[in-house]
Amino acid sequence: MSVDAPAAAGSRGSFTASLTTPKSLITFLITLLIVVAEWRYGAMGGFRKLAITLGTCVGTELLLGYLVRGVRPPLQSAYITGMSLSLLLRPQAGLEWPFVAGAALSIGSKYVLRYRGKHLWNPSNFGLAVLVLLAPTRVALLSHELGNDILGNLVIWTIGLMVVSRAKVLHVTLTYAASFVVFAVLRAWILGVPISSEVAPLTGPMYQLLCFFMLTDPPTTPGTVRKRIASTVIVAAVECVFRLANDWHWPGAGLVAPAPPIIALFLVGPITLGLDLRARSKAA
Amino acid sequence: MTRPIPKLLAQVGFFALLTWVAWEGRRPEGGVEGPAEGAPLAFREAAKELGVEFTHQRTRVDPAVANLEAHITAVGAAVSVCDANGDGLPDLYAATSAAGASNALYINRGDGSFDEVAERAGLADLNREGKGCTMGSVWADYDNDGDQDVFVYKWGICQLFRNEGQLEFTDVTVGSGLEAWVNSNNATWFDYDLDGVLDLYVGSYFDEEHDLWDLETTSIMHDSFEFSHNAGANRLFHGNGDGTFEDVTEATGTGSRRWTYAAAAADFDRDGWPDLYLGNDYGPEELFLNRGGERFELAEDIGLESESKSGMCVALGDVLGQGRPSVYVTNISQQGFLFQGNNLRVSMLDRGGPMLQLAEGPEAACGWAWGAQFGDLDNDGDHDLVVVNGFVSKSRERDYWYQMSKIGLATGAVIMDAAKWPDFEDRSLSGYERTRVLLSSGGRSVRYQEVGREVGIDDVYDGRAVSLADLDGDGRLEVVVANQQGPLLVYRNVGTVDNRWVSFDLAGTRSNRDGIGAEVLVEYGDRQLMQTVASFTGFASQNDHRLHFGLGPSPGAVKVTIRWPSGLEQVFEDVEPGRVHEIEEPAP
Repeated sequence: MSVDAPAAAGSRGSFTASLTTPKSLITFLITLLIVVAEWRYGAMGGFRKLAITLGTCVGTELLLGYLVRGVRPPLQSAYITGMSLSLLLRPQAGLEWPFVAGAALSIGSKYVLRYRGKHLWNPSNFGLAVLVLLAPTRVALLSHELGNDILGNLVIWTIGLMVVSRAKVLHVTLTYAASFVVFAVLRAWILGVPISSEVAPLTGPMYQLLCFFMLTDPPTTPGTVRKRIASTVIVAAVECVFRLANDWHWPGAGLVAPAPPIIALFLVGPITLGLDLRARSKAA
Repeated sequence: MTRPIPKLLAQVGFFALLTWVAWEGRRPEGGVEGPAEGAPLAFREAAKELGVEFTHQRTRVDPAVANLEAHITAVGAAVSVCDANGDGLPDLYAATSAAGASNALYINRGDGSFDEVAERAGLADLNREGKGCTMGSVWADYDNDGDQDVFVYKWGICQLFRNEGQLEFTDVTVGSGLEAWVNSNNATWFDYDLDGVLDLYVGSYFDEEHDLWDLETTSIMHDSFEFSHNAGANRLFHGNGDGTFEDVTEATGTGSRRWTYAAAAADFDRDGWPDLYLGNDYGPEELFLNRGGERFELAEDIGLESESKSGMCVALGDVLGQGRPSVYVTNISQQGFLFQGNNLRVSMLDRGGPMLQLAEGPEAACGWAWGAQFGDLDNDGDHDLVVVNGFVSKSRERDYWYQMSKIGLATGAVIMDAAKWPDFEDRSLSGYERTRVLLSSGGRSVRYQEVGREVGIDDVYDGRAVSLADLDGDGRLEVVVANQQGPLLVYRNVGTVDNRWVSFDLAGTRSNRDGIGAEVLVEYGDRQLMQTVASFTGFASQNDHRLHFGLGPSPGAVKVTIRWPSGLEQVFEDVEPGRVHEIEEPAP
């Protein structure tokens, strides 16, 4: 989810109220995730990569905001993008350019890849997908659970669900989670493999960021609840196809193997949003 | 309201960056070009013509985990350089794992060719049903009687053999204090309390509760891919000097439940006491610092905890040529899925610093890397590296990485249960990866160039163990590679490098007889290099007990300083190059 989410909590003007807006809560959630990941598991490998990524995101946002629009842009979106990329990007040892390039492309996509006045991709999703697809010999995404710890998962999912509920996008998260499980069971049945191994990825950090930040980003999702649910189900379905293609070793399937949901959203998200924007434009 | 010209500039910059990422991201591995054909350094695989015909066979485990058997049983190929008959020449002991299959002991005839004598020596038939399978061996003179004995670590009951001379070995495990079921992939001899008697550290992999051929549960795997603590218990045994050993793990604080694949001993903090460095799968490396021979402390805040990876080996060297211990710990790199990177660390502990991470070139990403050894292959005075790679090579079309990525995101309870993993079927997992030879540029900013193909070491078997030794006595190191379900390869060094060299064969008197733990510092001109006499180094391997140093083309006067474990220091000026120096520690 991004900071452009509707201010569901209202605008009462007080400092206390501002802390409980969806914007503040989502920022709190990603910060909590990063701090816990680093403190408990050393997942970031130090704060240098975070500083580089965050710095590039914020710098790019400020530069493009001033240059292209002539205004000082809000920085929370850049903050969330920087945090997400820092956690998920796992490039080859010693490489730092993927953090810089990923950050610049993520934020740049908001200003460059637009349709009917809107950007089409969630910035983090764009940056991660582009790096995985274009630079597979240099970049991987975090492929391990943070500690493979059920308790940590429960805490993150509980807080995450509370936050998306307050932001009124709980239906997106739940739709995706339910769709994923249904498709996982279906795959397990088709493939004759344990259900647990098909459901397992849902507890990983990649999915936490997907469910709470990327899929639920209001500026890059369709405008109605029904359309958002439909779009989310399609994302899960495409991901399921990607996964089956890898289980069956279809030619070319390996391209999407490192991050099936990220690439599914990368492909489906702009199409469903574009169709929605066109429909809205026609209706207007 | 957007501004057209800045917007155009942003678009140009954006697409230019995309194009650059696509170019950079698919560019082949960089690195310096290797030497041209006909260059002085060259190797030729010559196992068969040297009399070495040995193929590793994997063990089979309980059918309850048949879906993951290819993964679970993908280790066991091992090779150690030893001197079984006490003639001063390097012999080879190779391990296999299948029930009923025989390990092999190759005795050096003196010209680098071998006779196989394991059965006669009583070291062949160690893979018996109900007793476990061999995972490797460490050779040392634990009873200080002047010949090398051997401890064979196993998944099962490890075995200690006493060398009786005349190539006769007696199994003395019963009553030694070492008889227990463990699932071990490593052990190392060292004298932690410097009493002149060797002690033994035994690392564990699967929990000792599990008999892998008769499982009571399928929950035998690690409970986390990065922070696992549910392996078997590592043990430190104190050598009593009478052939018995006492478990001092608790008293010394050397216990660990990490999945230890390698343990090597050296004095990392330069206080005169040998420390223990562990390479752990599914967790960070561990360094146990020896505090006066009485207890060990797990080193903290030295850069190890923050890099939790899949440690496979610990090779010991001196990559900066500063008399400063270095370790090379192999890990996993797989395009698109995982870039852990191998670790090349130099100890700065004596200056209050960390284990400084230096890996960033071709030494960082070799694939699914296993054994590795430092050695001066071209005798130019630098520590080069040989790294063997590849996990499971089966189908060339189907691999298990995608399936692995699913289970990698599961919670601990799911990961632990092997039955919940997708069936491995006929898939490969980082299969057919090439052995790498990394030549060092030397100096204070060490850089490696990968020259495996160019020098003739480029097999794609699933390499596990690698050992280095000058097998034919010509002053050049040979490379011996043990491959999982593959042949034992002997790469003869057949190049025309004309650099000088010198070797040392140490014998302790006050210190343990093998001089394990002794440090030899060789200085000439403005160069220096240090090596430590060690037992286990790499993965499932042991190098030649003799220390081999390259000296470059014209070293001038060579000074050698030996620091014995006893604390005694010997200095030799103008040491003659081109020969093996047998040096005995001055008696008390």
